Amino acid sequence: MGDIFADDLPALQVVVPLVTAPLCLVLARWWRIVWAMCTLSTWTSLAIAISLLQTVLADGTVSYAMGGWAAPWGIEYRIDTMNAYVALIVTGIASIVLPYAYRSAPLYLQKDRVSLFFALMMLCLTGLLGMTVTGDAFNVFVFLEISSLSMYGLISLGQDRRALTAAFQYLVMGTIGGTFVLLGIGFLYVVTGTLNMADLAQRLPEVTQLRTLHTAFAFLVVGIGLKLAMFPLHLWLPNAYAYAPSAATVFIAATATKVAVYILLRFVFTVIGPDIAYGDLPFGEIAMGLAVLGLLSGSFVAIFQQNIKRMLAYSSVAQIGYILLGISYATVTGVEASLLHLFNHALMKSALFMAMGCFFYRLRSSRLEDFAGIGRIMPWTFAAFVMGGLSLIGVPLTVGFISKWYLVLASLQEGHWILAILILAGSLLAVIYIWRVVEAGWFASPSERAARAREAPLSMLIPLWIIVLANIYFGINTRLTVGVAELAAQALIGGAP
Amino acid sequence: MKFLQLYNYEIAIFLAMAGFYVVVSRGNLVKKIAGLSMFQTSVFILYISMGVVTGGTVPIIIEGAISYSNPLPHVLILTAIVVGVATTAVALSLIIRINEAYGTVEEDEIHKQDESF
Repeated sequence: MGDIFADDLPALQVVVPLVTAPLCLVLARWWRIVWAMCTLSTWTSLAIAISLLQTVLADGTVSYAMGGWAAPWGIEYRIDTMNAYVALIVTGIASIVLPYAYRSAPLYLQKDRVSLFFALMMLCLTGLLGMTVTGDAFNVFVFLEISSLSMYGLISLGQDRRALTAAFQYLVMGTIGGTFVLLGIGFLYVVTGTLNMADLAQRLPEVTQLRTLHTAFAFLVVGIGLKLAMFPLHLWLPNAYAYAPSAATVFIAATATKVAVYILLRFVFTVIGPDIAYGDLPFGEIAMGLAVLGLLSGSFVAIFQQNIKRMLAYSSVAQIGYILLGISYATVTGVEASLLHLFNHALMKSALFMAMGCFFYRLRSSRLEDFAGIGRIMPWTFAAFVMGGLSLIGVPLTVGFISKWYLVLASLQEGHWILAILILAGSLLAVIYIWRVVEAGWFASPSERAARAREAPLSMLIPLWIIVLANIYFGINTRLTVGVAELAAQALIGGAP
Repeated sequence: MKFLQLYNYEIAIFLAMAGFYVVVSRGNLVKKIAGLSMFQTSVFILYISMGVVTGGTVPIIIEGAISYSNPLPHVLILTAIVVGVATTAVALSLIIRINEAYGTVEEDEIHKQDESF
């Protein structure tokens, strides 16, 4: 039975959640069944992602011809180490968020809307996984829009009416970003006549001097930059993360920007090639400047936020800065650090946002003043939040330390010791904003809301602590993450698609 | 006369810039979405224009035809049109919800009620 499906795993990676989404609508009246089905579907996706990663590590790149049409003409799904790694992050987070959403999602949704929430989650997962596994440039755009459209819907389901305006703002900026990507892909098609990424990579060196190619690259970087919240294109992110429903925030914050970073890496290194991006065009310098601005301003603004979800959202802008900084070096260690931080940031941000969801479940607020004294009333949730915060700061024995370590290493290798200092300064700013929450939670006397709260339900605490323990496990045992990230970075810099 | 020969590209650029300007400058959310649609449509025209092959005919096997136009951009743009329609639909339904929640679809009035927009 397993052998029948083994060849189709790349397609099934996308098809499984895609088929689940409409089934959610058919069974919409029984949201518990819908939830069970979606959980099963994400676990299946995770199993597929693990199996694909094993195959890729053992036998090398997997190429799958959609519908049996051979590569440059048909749509190809192409999975190498980096894809499989990103797919593992996305499906892994989804598998933990879904059980968590059982209590979190129905909190302020009407009974008949809960199934729609899960349907949107599945569509979002489909889009993100599609972007990850596809080897076709136009397919990237289509899946990008599938994930974006479902994300707008998810964000607008938040309790506060500001969720609506946040979703609208994201829709306008996201659509401009998506259309820029479409334009960029169109220009690439004009100069090469192909949409297959591997084929593009082969043909583009013949036309390196054309201005069309340079324009295409600019459109792609700005378009993808909007999606990954590259400073100063991050304006949609704080409100979207702050007002989306808890489970949706966890999922979006941990996966959506990560997949956008993957797409950026794919276009810069595999399709366009580092020679053009870093040689003919000043991508490295621009990315480095924006990364530093992003990581400093994001951390700095986070310090002054009164809404803790918003604070964590600004911290995400800063973390994107770290990831971009690693990419801007264009060295194996730099890209490896970025790929590591993709994984590690997904872990720490999902831990923090999950803890926030638990607080919100009891407090119905994510404002700092309502957090006073919560550490003694919800000790398990608060301990998880502190662990996530330590990981965000980059304390040894957590995942945050590993990626910061490699990032500083990459900076020093390139002789950028000022940047290494700035990375550490960013960590110090993180200490300040995490400390504000810890101080309120542990040392202040309970607020009115906190006094009425009690510990979060087990079905939310267990997923939360699984993520927290993963934060520690992958901070100690780095064989999987560092090993895979190194292989992926070498493949990227080596130029082999 | 090269400028006039490429007129469909110029129309695409004009539409893109006009649409983009409307998105940025108008405070009315519905007008913003109209601008966004224009912006997307301009890209459709660009794609369809690049499918033209000089001297080519429709991509159907006809006796005596020497070259054919490229049908692939048309197919791609069909998908993009669907995406555009879906985006507009989601945006308009969001505007309806915003109107219910705030009683207005003007950006600055919403901003007055909530500092977040």
